[in-house]
Amino acid sequence: MKELMIGNAAVARGLYEAGVQVVSSYPGTPSTEITEFAATYDDIYCEWAPNEKVAMETAFGASLRGVRAACAMKHVGLNVAADPLFTLSYTGVTGGLVVCVADDPGMHSSQNEQDSRHYAIGAKVPMLEPSDSSECKEFAKLAFEISEKFDTPCLLRMCTRIAHAQSVVALEERVVPECPAYEKNPAKYIMAPANAIKRHPVVEERTRKLTEYAETAPVNRLEIGGTQIGIITSGACYQYVKEVFGDAVSILKLGMVNPLPVQKIKAFAQKVDKLYVVEELDGIIENHCKNIGVNVIGKEMFTPLGEYSQKSIAAAFGLPAKETVTADTAVPMRPPVMCSGCPHRGMFYVLSKNKITVLGDIGCYTLGSAAPLCALDSTLCMGASISGLHGYNKASKGETENKSVAVIGDSTFMHSGMTGLANIAYNGSNSTVIILDNSITGMTGHQQNPTTGYNIKGDPATKINLEALCHALGINRVRVVDPYNLDECEKAVKEELAVNEPSVIISRRPCVLLKYVKPKKPVVVNKDKCRSCKRCMKLGCPSVHVDTDGKAAIDNTLCVGCGVCEQLCPFDAIHDGE
Amino acid sequence: MNTKGVVIAGVGGQGSLLASKLLGRVLVNEGYDIKVSEVHGMSQRGGSVITYVRYGDKVYSPVVQSGEADYIISFERIEAARYAHLLKKGGIIITNTQRIDPMPVITGAAEYPEHILDELTAKDVQIEAMDALSLAEEAGSSKAVNIVLMGQLAKHFHIDYDKWMEALEQTVKPKFVELNKKAFKLGYEFSA
Repeated sequence: MKELMIGNAAVARGLYEAGVQVVSSYPGTPSTEITEFAATYDDIYCEWAPNEKVAMETAFGASLRGVRAACAMKHVGLNVAADPLFTLSYTGVTGGLVVCVADDPGMHSSQNEQDSRHYAIGAKVPMLEPSDSSECKEFAKLAFEISEKFDTPCLLRMCTRIAHAQSVVALEERVVPECPAYEKNPAKYIMAPANAIKRHPVVEERTRKLTEYAETAPVNRLEIGGTQIGIITSGACYQYVKEVFGDAVSILKLGMVNPLPVQKIKAFAQKVDKLYVVEELDGIIENHCKNIGVNVIGKEMFTPLGEYSQKSIAAAFGLPAKETVTADTAVPMRPPVMCSGCPHRGMFYVLSKNKITVLGDIGCYTLGSAAPLCALDSTLCMGASISGLHGYNKASKGETENKSVAVIGDSTFMHSGMTGLANIAYNGSNSTVIILDNSITGMTGHQQNPTTGYNIKGDPATKINLEALCHALGINRVRVVDPYNLDECEKAVKEELAVNEPSVIISRRPCVLLKYVKPKKPVVVNKDKCRSCKRCMKLGCPSVHVDTDGKAAIDNTLCVGCGVCEQLCPFDAIHDGE
Repeated sequence: MNTKGVVIAGVGGQGSLLASKLLGRVLVNEGYDIKVSEVHGMSQRGGSVITYVRYGDKVYSPVVQSGEADYIISFERIEAARYAHLLKKGGIIITNTQRIDPMPVITGAAEYPEHILDELTAKDVQIEAMDALSLAEEAGSSKAVNIVLMGQLAKHFHIDYDKWMEALEQTVKPKFVELNKKAFKLGYEFSA
């Protein structure tokens, strides 16, 4: 049977066919759907872990027990899981262990565009890179074979254009390898110095064997066409190269991007007049070629920035651009915004109005940085709002404590905010942390987390109580507010900033896009009362705009009747539509 | 057959995903090689959303670049103009005439270019503009704008009407099939 599948669904299918028993992940664009699709197979145990480190360690435990296991994360998630990865390289595996990691060149949904291949090199583990959905499935299965044959975790590198591009996949049956009886093996699995010191040479020897494998591996494929130009490439770039040149050039397509072959590349270089490396982000294949004495043209011709395409590659080779038409008038940008009725908006309005310094975090609420709210001062990485605020306040010797806050979502708090809060309590800064609890992991498309009361399958699960958790982490002042109530929010923020002890405000209201949240009727503008003061426009709500008559108007197709704009109107011109 | 390109441009939340699913399904059923590329995440929050569909005997790149689109399906007026550079010479834009103000227009930082489609028409771009929102509402739901536009697109394809219906049945939930069939028909029968 043939199906049109996005790369992530194809990876999940590969996990299924490979007989994977356990998948543990933390969501992150563009990797999220791997685990969502894996969860649709009842034969696989799937879960959302609180963060990527926990996910990878869960997969490790499953492998230790002898079954095939996987975890999936975005590129920056691998930073969080780097700790287990580097030592998993030493222990190796019992059941095959595959780590799917999705890079985001072009930063469609990310805070940086780091190249995950550095982790494969650093941790000395193999990495496969598919270039379409069919390969996503095949390579996922191959990754388990490599993992078990070479006794190593194996990375499967995706990128946005592979993860979220659909192409045709042929489906096969699931085959589950036999799970061996558990055997204690301290020399392999207890990585105390005495054991680890003996494992390091094993890792080095493994890399030698993997390099040997790379020389003949069918996934490192030679496509001989015209020999004036030779191109070494992998992943999505392979498709762009084929699109531009077809069979007019010769291609060495690398399906395994770590370790890289040596003889195969040298032999390919002999066959062509001029050799290029086309790779997105960093010049890793290029540097390898140069290190083994093969002269290639790489980053001097192709940028390390952003996503490539057939257009950018054709341009780099000096080929003519295709004919095109554009309008002369500029089209205004359409940036993503917080949704109509987003529960974060009310709290951000209060923070912005009171000119409070806000250390932000990773999630939908990063959109609070956009005009007109402009409510954020920083966004770094998961959890950095809380720990950053502590440092910010320590640096000012406490002077900024009454005019700065951290904002962090419920899922991000569980991911890596808790430790920062413990630090605030333990090392005593009178910081105020606002947990924007919308009862879901929002930005990645509604995944459950430990505070929602449901698991990945939507079944009831233990719901961690944020108030109790904050208390347990040493914070005595914990209060809950409704972000649809501006007065309540403002009062809470002012009071908590004023007190001389650490505090947490939980701004709680479920994401308006959740199915169980029933929208109210749109609010109504009384045009006679509206005096065009535009106060309501300060919210940056996509439902509110100024009409041609200069008066406020509501988009009835978008408005969910949250009533926040109603509270702002000094002339009582906006009314409840119920 | 040379690879053909279709661009579906809309605003986050308008249902471009379903449109590309339907088109993908019908093209797979017809036996084409096909690739569909979209970006999830940030783009869902009311931002500009673009989906590429490429099909033919053998498709390599999943993205449509400047001058490569045979059709642009636009769910909103200025989105058609935003991606007009993707259209190849002789390509066709099918657009909903609905206006959805982007945030810079709402805040007054930018003006909505009311007549931007006329500029493209003046440059000999073939545009089929339709009030797909009204037709969708006529079919029973404002959410069916996507399928109305696909109905209009279908007129340009040499694929039997029944095949589209079959693909529709394979793509949407059973309880929405009738509504979407109606929306598709209204789109198909509309002449711009």
